[in-house]
Formats: sequence, structure tokens, C-alpha cells
Amino acid sequence: MILAKVAGTVVATRKDERLEGFKLLLVQPVEPGGSSAGNPLVAVDTVDAGVGELVLIVSGSSARMCDGCNDRPVDAAILGIVDSVDLPSD
Amino acid sequence: MRLARVVGTVVSTIKDPRLHSVPLLVVQPISPERIPVGDPLVAVDGIGVGVGEVVFFVRGKEGALLFDSQDVPTDAGIVGKVDNVY
Repeated sequence: MILAKVAGTVVATRKDERLEGFKLLLVQPVEPGGSSAGNPLVAVDTVDAGVGELVLIVSGSSARMCDGCNDRPVDAAILGIVDSVDLPSD
Repeated sequence: MRLARVVGTVVSTIKDPRLHSVPLLVVQPISPERIPVGDPLVAVDGIGVGVGEVVFFVRGKEGALLFDSQDVPTDAGIVGKVDNVY
């Protein structure tokens, strides 16, 4: 999984019908230290995350293991809202 | 699988219920010479390792095989602790 910050919401009226009813959020992957790392992603939200929150993202076919995602065309899903990240060596 | 060093922990209260009581660790992939390679990521811990230890992790759904229920949503799982590489 990777860490990411919720940057916004994606609205898509025309899409695969299997994505109906899913909340799609724009997330910016970040390093554990907080700096941006890579390109933003569109991820399915299964935990009701809000803009600005730090979240845990699962990618690839594992994203289809998220609640309700099984037969849907998704490759990124928000698994959890992060309370804290502890990096003792820093 | 890939070599990595455990560099931290992630605490998440609101999350998929299948991750309840599953430790989430920040791991930094490393070369066999212990040099960091690439970006850190978060992996589930199926072995019971601590910060500073060198481990190897599996990518993809195989991380779920560590747990009794293979329903655990994960794309990275620590499957072993490294004693030595030579």
C-alpha cells in the first residue's frame, strides 16, 4: 500500500456502469515523511475520507478486494484513514 | 519478493474491518548491500517484525495468504525476516 493525501473529488457521469454509486477521490501519493511522490491517482473511497486527509491506498487487482469492489474495474482503493505515521529513525 | 528494511509504523483506526489488528509497517526496499532502492511503501506484517529489521515482502494479493482469511485487502505483505544474505 502507499500513503496519499486526498486532494479532491472526481465526478464522472458517463462511466462503466459497474462504477455507479462509487465515490471517486483524487489522491496525491506521498512519502511517509509527507512530501509528494509521483502522480495523482483516482481511487475508490470505501471509508468516507475527506479532502486533506492522509489515507492508505491499495493498488492493482488487490484493490478489487475492497468492500463492494469485487467485479468492478478498479485498480486503486482507499483502505483506511491514517491517524499517524511513526518513523523512529528520522 | 523484495528485500526491505522496516522504517516505521502506520496507525489507522478507520479502515477496512478485515485489517483490524493487522500491523501496518512502513518498509523501504533495499539492495542486497542494504542500500535504499526506490520509494517506501506500507505493508501488512504477517510475521511479527520490528522497526530496523531487514525483511522480505511479497507484492500483490499474495500478501493476504499470511492470514487465516485470505480476504484481507492488501497489495504488499511481509513474509519473512532476513537473517543473512550472502
